[in-house]
Formats: sequence, C-alpha cells, structure tokens
Amino acid sequence: MNPLLEVQSVGKSFGGVEALCDVSLTIARGEIYGLIGPNGAGKTTFFNVLSGVYRADRGSFRFNDAPLNVRAPHEVAAAGIARTFQNIRLFGNMSALENVMVGRHVRTGAGIFGAVLRNAATRAEERAIHERAWALLEYVGLTARGNDIAHSLPYGDQRRLEIARALATDPLLLALDEPAAGMNATETATLRSLLERIRADGTTILLIEHDMKLVMGLCDRVAVLDYGRRIAEGAPAAIREDAAVIEAYLGGTLA
Amino acid sequence: MNLTDKFKANPALLWSGVALIACALAVLPFVLAMAGTTWVRVTNLAILFTLLALGLNIVVGFAGLLDLGYIAFYGVGAYTYALLASPQFNIHLPFWIILPIGALAACVFGVLLGAPTLKLRGDYLAIVTLGFGEIVRIFFNNLSQPVNITNGPQGISRIDPFSIGGFSFNQSDIIFGLNFSGPVKYYYLLLLVLIMVIVINLRLEDSRIGRAWQAIREDEVAAQAMGINTTRVKLLAFAMGASFGGVAGGMFAAIQGFISPESFVLVESVMVLSMVVLGGMGNIWGVIVGALLLSFVPELLRHTVEPLQRSLFGRSLIDPEVVRMLLFGLALMLMMLFRPAGLWPSKVRKRELTEE
Ligand SMILES: Nc1ncnc2c1ncn2[C@@H]1O[C@H](COP(=O)(O)OP(=O)(O)OP(=O)(O)O)[C@@H](O)[C@H]1O
Ligand SMILES: [Mg+2]
Repeated sequence: MNPLLEVQSVGKSFGGVEALCDVSLTIARGEIYGLIGPNGAGKTTFFNVLSGVYRADRGSFRFNDAPLNVRAPHEVAAAGIARTFQNIRLFGNMSALENVMVGRHVRTGAGIFGAVLRNAATRAEERAIHERAWALLEYVGLTARGNDIAHSLPYGDQRRLEIARALATDPLLLALDEPAAGMNATETATLRSLLERIRADGTTILLIEHDMKLVMGLCDRVAVLDYGRRIAEGAPAAIREDAAVIEAYLGGTLA
Repeated sequence: MNLTDKFKANPALLWSGVALIACALAVLPFVLAMAGTTWVRVTNLAILFTLLALGLNIVVGFAGLLDLGYIAFYGVGAYTYALLASPQFNIHLPFWIILPIGALAACVFGVLLGAPTLKLRGDYLAIVTLGFGEIVRIFFNNLSQPVNITNGPQGISRIDPFSIGGFSFNQSDIIFGLNFSGPVKYYYLLLLVLIMVIVINLRLEDSRIGRAWQAIREDEVAAQAMGINTTRVKLLAFAMGASFGGVAGGMFAAIQGFISPESFVLVESVMVLSMVVLGGMGNIWGVIVGALLLSFVPELLRHTVEPLQRSLFGRSLIDPEVVRMLLFGLALMLMMLFRPAGLWPSKVRKRELTEE
C-alpha cells in the first residue's frame, strides 16, 4: 500500500466530551475511503481536526510522505487537502463561477500590484483561472449554472458546486462530509458517478456518508467511528458483518 | 436589458456618454466659479470625501470589516504632509515625495491597527477601531509636549501648497486666456486622483485578492478551507484602505493650508461610513454617489436655509446647522426604511436584502 494520509492516535475533547479518542487510520493513494458511524460519532470533528479548523489535543498526521503540521486551515489546503462541509458553506452571494474561482486562490499568486497594474502575467493568470473554473463547472455538470448566484441553486447543485470549488484547489485528497445528504435517488446516482470519475482522474477521496448503499458500493475500505473511537476498519463486505459495527448501529440502518 | 448589456451592444453609446461626462467635468469648475469660488472649494472637499469613502469601501464593502476609526488614516496622511511641508520643523519637501510617504505612513498604521485586531469580528472590531481613531486624534492633540511635534489643539498652519517648479497650486494663473484660480487647479488634480482611485478600485474588485475579500465577507471558515490566508488578506484590505485615506489626508492638508485635530473627530468617521452605507456598500458607483450627496446637500442647505427663513419670517428662526443635522438624520432613517441596501446597491447587497 502506498499511503497518502497516515493518522496516528489523534484525540480531541470538547470539555467533557471525548469527540475523538486515539483514532489511527491510513488512506492509500487512489482509494475511496469511507468514514461512517452513528450521529455524534466524531466524523465531522475528524475532518475539522484534519483540516485545521480545530487543533487536535493529541496525535499526528503524515501526508504525501511528509509530516503534516496542522496549524492553520489555509496551510492544509496548500498541502493538498480540500474539504466540503456537512452544512453547505458556499460563498452565498457570489456566482457559482466565482465560488470555483476562489478555489484557485491557493494555486495562483497575483497580489495587489498585479491586480492594479494588470500586467501580462496577471492577465494570463486570470484567464487561466476563468478557464479552469468553467472546466470544473462542466466537470460536475453545472455549466448552465455558472452565472447564477450560489445560494439560489437547488440543494443538490450546491453540493456539487462545493465539490467543484474544492477540486479547484488541486487537492491530492478530497474530503467530503455527507455529500449525498438531502439528495434524491437520481442526484445520488449522479454524485456516485462523479466521485468515481474524480477517483479515476487520480484524486484520493475520504468520504463521510450516512447513505450506506452509496458507501458500501463506492468505497474500497471503510472505517467506523463510534463515540470517538475507531471500532472497525476493512472492506465494505467485512464491515457489514462486523459484530462491533452491528452493535454500534443496533441493527439499524446498516443494510 | 440592463445598462451594461446596452453598452456592450453599442460601444458608441458608451463612448459618447463618457465623452459627455468628461466635457461636463472639465468645464464644471468654471461654471461653479461663476457662482463663487466657494463652490469650487466645496467640490474639492466633496472629491476628497469621495476618495475617503472609496478607501473605506475596500475595508467595509469588499472585505466586510466594520471600521469606525477610518478618519485616523486621513489624519495620519494630513499630519505627515503638514510636518514635512510647513514652518513647523522648517522642512519643505515637494508634495510628490510626501504623498507617497503619507500613504505609506497610513498604511503602516493600518497594519498596526489590523494585526492585533483582525481576529475580532463584527461589533468587537467596530469598537476597537473606534477606539483607535480616538487614540490617534488624542495623540495629535497632545503631542505638543514635551517636544512640540503636532502643535497640539492649535494645529499646524501655513502648510505649503502643492507646487511643481514655478507652478504653484494656490495662486491664479492665466492659461489660454482662462483664469485658473488655486481651487480650480486643485480641482483638476483631485479629479485626476479620483479617476485613478476609481480605476484601482474597479481593478481590485475584479481580481484574485478582490475575490478573496468577498469570500471572507461571505464565509470566513470556507475561505480559509479554500487556502486563503485570511489574516493576511484582511490586513491587505486594511492597508489598502488606509493608504487611500493617507493620500486624501495629504491633499487635504495642502489644500486647506491648515489642519488641527478637530478635523479628525469621530463624527468624520461616521460621516464617511454613512457615505459608504447610503450609497450602497460594495458598489463603487454607489459609494461615489453617496459621498457626493452627503457632501453637497448639506452645503446647499447651508446656503438656502438662512435666506429662505429670512424671506419667509423676516429673520432666522432655526440655525442652519440644526436643520442640516435634522435632515441628515431624517434622510438616514428614510433610507433604512425604503432602501436599506443603499441608493445604488451592489448586486450582492441587493440580493442579500431582498431574498432573505
Ligand atoms: N465545537 C464543538 N463544541 C462542543 N462539542 C462539539 C463540537 N463539535 C462537535 N462536538 C461534539 O463532538 C461529538 C462529535 O460530533 P461530530 O459533529 O464530529 O459528529 P458526527 O459524527 O459528524 O455526527 P453527524 O453524523 O451527526 O454529523 C458530538 O458529541 C458533538 O456534540
Ligand atoms: Mg457530521
């Protein structure tokens, strides 16, 4: 296995609540790695700790063959980890296109002087940003919506726009927090083929999802969190049979 | 079909419009001078305030950071100019050296204010910036002891006007048979600076940094996750806004020839902020309209209220200043009720306020 992300004994508490406890996992390059668990298991907290929104109390990360010092979110993005949010966080009053263009920020460099002088280099960069943003909108199937205001888009489109915006940062690892939440069956099917295409194009995916059909059909490996602990990890088939996992879900949604 | 599309379809229309406005702006000072040089001075002050409003718009309109102490940067620019071009220290540097120094000084102050405070949000940031503005003013007021730097409340007078070679901006010259008085010359200079500042603002808005500002205004957490170093980018907004204030301050000092701490009080900050809000936060053209309105209308009132009362009642019943503030308050209230996004809102604000 060629690891992209290695997580070592990460812990995070909020006051008395141990949201993450000694969580270790390794994600290989090119795989789709599922992260599941009941409500409040700590999945989103794991994303927040990984992406620098919160600071981990314990533990360490290795990413892309180098230690990842999670200090500020923008540094994590620069290192090559992009994320989406469980409760969609688009730039609501900017157009869909502008949202994706913002995603190019971390891979481009024009500053104040470039902006004011509009020299050849800046103009070329702006053109490239434009083209790339349109290409990404097309990639997720939102070409027709490019000039629409983000918060006016239907829910499913907003989720896909968040993915396009995250992809604009040229991530090695794309971390998605419940991308299918609130989607109908057709939208979920489209999402599934989109994720398969993203993986095929070389981006590793870390997927939090409650839709078990999606997770089990899409992921190469799945880790299960329960009360902040990783209680299982393995291929979807094995996870489905795992006694601890069934116990955690209490015979519930695990199909 | 909106205005932009119309212009795109018919560029001749756009250019003839631009030419018309350019002609109007070119002859304006002579028309105004017929009504009295005062009106040229009033126009110059209005342009200065437009510069200020455009600078503040970067901070408030683009980046969404409420700054209630903006006038401090105007003050820093003004005092920088005054100290380097007056008998105060007997230094008389040319203006084209001092203005950049003033911009830089204001920029440094912007960063000084920004660096420790940008972790604060909303109301807290507003209160800290308000305090900053007052502190700067109090410094101007008290830096006359133990070493006399600012000359305290008396202010600094006999400040050098702008001049290049033998061409001075505060005396009249006959050029092409036309009498260019001091204020008229300053008018053209200010107009030039204003056009430059507008172009800079338009370009900033539509740039990588401009988008980053808007992203921060929309959702700071998401902006960070997209790799935007929000502290740095917010500092840039503060620094840019401050340097515009600094340039405007320098020009103010030269035009007036006299400055004192009284020109940089809290009310002035509030006034500039009102211009931005009234015109339409974030929309450059709206901000300009707001600044011009709030500069001119009070002056018009000043010149009409007194005579009107005299002709009606035979004497002045209400002080013009009172009427001015009364109408100002009324206008702001009506605005908040009927056009909360400003007279000419940015597309964004309009959407925010109508669709939620
Ligand atoms: N900022 C916070 N402050 C305090 N407690 C928090 C905070 N964020 C998360 N928690 C707590 O940490 C625990 C894990 O929450 P988290 O959001 O990570 O769960 P989750 O697995 O994403 O759940 P869901 O499936 O509902 O999204 C919960 O008990 C939650 O209340
Ligand atoms: Mg969650």
